[in-house]
Amino acid sequence: MKNTIAERIFDFLKDFPPFDVLQKEELYTISKNVKVVYLQKEQYIFKTDENIHDHFYVVKDGAVGIFREEDHTLVDECDEGDIFGLRALIRKDNYILSAKAIEESILYSISSELLEKVIHTNAQANKYLLASFVANIRNPYSGESIDSLFTQTEDLQKNTSNLTEVQSAQYSKNPITCSLNTSIKEAAQTMSSNRIGSIVITKEEKPLGIITDKDLRNKIATGQFPIEDTVKNIMSAPVITYPKNITVAEAQIAMLQHSISHLCITENGTLNAKLVGILSEHDIVVIHGNNPSVLIKEVKRSKTAKDLKYIREKAQQLLEGYITQNVPIFFIAKVISAINTTITQKAITLSIEEMDTPPPTKYSWLALGSQGRREQLLLTDQDNALVFENVPEEKYFQTKNYFLSLSDKVTHKLNTIGFEFCPAKMMASNPQWCLSLDEWKEQFNNWITKPDADKIMLCTIFFDYNLVFGNKELVNEMSESIFNAINTYEIFLNFLGLNALKNPPPLSFFRQFLVEHSGEHKDQFDIKARALMPLVDAARLLILSHNIKDFNNTVLRYEKLAEVEPQNKDLYVSCIDAFKILLQFRTQQGLRHGNSGRFIDLNTLNKTDRLKLKGCFKPIKNIQELIQVRFNLSQLL
Amino acid sequence: MFTWFKQKNYPDFWKKYQEHFKNKEEHDLNTARFVVFDTETTGLDIKKDRILSIGAIAVTGNTMDVADSLEIYLKQDLFNSKTVAIHGILKEGNIIKSEEKEALVQFLDYIKNAILVAHHAAFDVTMINECLARQNLPKLKNKVLDTGTLFKKTTLCTSKDKLYALDELCTLFDINKHDRHTASGDAFITGIVFLKILAQLSATRKTTLKSLFYNPNRRGLL
Repeated sequence: MKNTIAERIFDFLKDFPPFDVLQKEELYTISKNVKVVYLQKEQYIFKTDENIHDHFYVVKDGAVGIFREEDHTLVDECDEGDIFGLRALIRKDNYILSAKAIEESILYSISSELLEKVIHTNAQANKYLLASFVANIRNPYSGESIDSLFTQTEDLQKNTSNLTEVQSAQYSKNPITCSLNTSIKEAAQTMSSNRIGSIVITKEEKPLGIITDKDLRNKIATGQFPIEDTVKNIMSAPVITYPKNITVAEAQIAMLQHSISHLCITENGTLNAKLVGILSEHDIVVIHGNNPSVLIKEVKRSKTAKDLKYIREKAQQLLEGYITQNVPIFFIAKVISAINTTITQKAITLSIEEMDTPPPTKYSWLALGSQGRREQLLLTDQDNALVFENVPEEKYFQTKNYFLSLSDKVTHKLNTIGFEFCPAKMMASNPQWCLSLDEWKEQFNNWITKPDADKIMLCTIFFDYNLVFGNKELVNEMSESIFNAINTYEIFLNFLGLNALKNPPPLSFFRQFLVEHSGEHKDQFDIKARALMPLVDAARLLILSHNIKDFNNTVLRYEKLAEVEPQNKDLYVSCIDAFKILLQFRTQQGLRHGNSGRFIDLNTLNKTDRLKLKGCFKPIKNIQELIQVRFNLSQLL
Repeated sequence: MFTWFKQKNYPDFWKKYQEHFKNKEEHDLNTARFVVFDTETTGLDIKKDRILSIGAIAVTGNTMDVADSLEIYLKQDLFNSKTVAIHGILKEGNIIKSEEKEALVQFLDYIKNAILVAHHAAFDVTMINECLARQNLPKLKNKVLDTGTLFKKTTLCTSKDKLYALDELCTLFDINKHDRHTASGDAFITGIVFLKILAQLSATRKTTLKSLFYNPNRRGLL
């Protein structure tokens, strides 16, 4: 029998998740059983502690506010197509929040029992409802269905299981090792009796160096070293270490980048951890043409900045392909930053060749900010700095001038390649950021002991540096000096904490508005300032407060934090998920609109996007609350 | 004696309908079952014209229940090509149609003792009563409310003498005019109008089920 009213309700619901994924007959059955509720402004639908209804609600016209009764805080605003009152689906406890019409409204009320009957076979719709529900509960990281909160990440992992590039590489476990004072002869005997091409030199199970067949051929067979010498004299050190879950593509890139054939696998991927395996070039079987590694090979062969520009453009295509294939964002970030690093390295070596003389002293080229954190996916402007070894006063100007002109060449090349000049001139070609080791130490010390808003801002950029090219020792010393300065002047962390809280995430979305905790509305969403940076800032602050070195990537920082603070593991894991989703979102937006993806027009977001983003705001709010309590910031705010 | 004899010959469906009115349960605005309905007809002549379709939906409190709704199309020999443009119901359309008697059986079984609500209700009620008369049955026993009359009690009404069309009320109350001129669509819209009028009335004065029926200058379409 014809049912005009049900058809009209069907037409409305079919455009909104989760109803958009239901079968036509399923949704029609629901539509035929909807109750249409009319509400005046200020009228309650349900109140805190009221028994749950046997149905939930979809806003048809108007708007409904969800409130916390104790302090009358607005928790969320729902407009056309938004769902609320999903607690009815779990059929336990009373309502935690109150729902009230904030405009004259018409709601569709849907029986939870009917919906369950209809969708128990529709996993996708089920997931959406769960995610909606979890996004609205008070404590999202309480462990309650945390797995279903970020439905998107699950989907991603599922979709990519057949991609060889992202499969974990199979490495040889139980690696053969020897100590520092083992003789070369003994080591070679161990290698041949075990039929292996390499041996790792360890101390307290931590890898110090490695000897390969190649070393024996080049250094021993040539008569350069006698076989009675200790392995210490011929080993390659330090070794390149990676964590156990290294993927095939990462391993290939690492080997090409460092021109080595063996990687050491350690417990947590750092040098300071137990050696658990060895991954050799031989272990990696490349079945099909592998894009990232081909690109890196091309970088190494290229002769001019123009060649590099072409490769960077290809990397952009690779990025687009990965994004459309839903390759996990963290993997994409690793590949793209490896390519960027290699391109920068090549730009530096090309520039050195153009100089009249080789560099007069040791130096390091540092990537800063998002590049330093290896989170740069889209082409943004370059942020870099240079540190050179301390030189006697009379040689200072000569040395500095050398590196300034070198940096000038490098930054121009990078600009040609597509990394535009930094408008704030945060580049190694700026005399301010091309300094000797002692000058850097003094600079950092000044920032830390006499902080002001500008210096704190610089810290957030400079403390995320990553060595791109040059001497590792100089960088280690810089890091040392930062930690020493912080240890003697701990209040610095409170200032850094204040900075991390300066951008609270918005509460939610409402029509073309952001719903702010303070009630301020804007129609564009700054995903960088309002969502990504708060997570990045929080991770940096917490990792610095734990005195942990060598972790300057946001995801790795949170992973480490989860390890040292197991009691907060759920929170940190939720931060990682949120960060990945936000980064992917920004990248997609940037690719779609050919820009930095930073500002998102709220009109372009559909319900699913809004819900996905909204799910990310909760962890941000929670980590900011943790920081506020831990660093006693409430009295400073 | 005569009435008793007459009653005895009524068909079962009418007897069953009548039974519902023996239930004297007291209701208030929140518990009473209203049935908002609309008819599409071949024209406005109550004697000559015929009902083509009936749409209805039940309202209780502030809720309209789609599961408790009715939509019937009637087989009629009379066909008026002039009104097809308004309601869009063709003589030989694809919609399943019922004989007039069968439609009445369904309608009475559906409305029971509900309070009927319609816009310019007198016309729709009279059209139904004419059908009943053709079947040698008495008039509808239900209480009736007219949204046109009810609207005049609200502060939104500026001219007491004017007849407000449903379209005008839609504009005044900011209601989307989807499915206008289908019986069900108009019934649904009238339902929203009815709820909005009730909200308006309750906001300005004490409103009870009884007070809805009080009208000093009753004035309908007929």
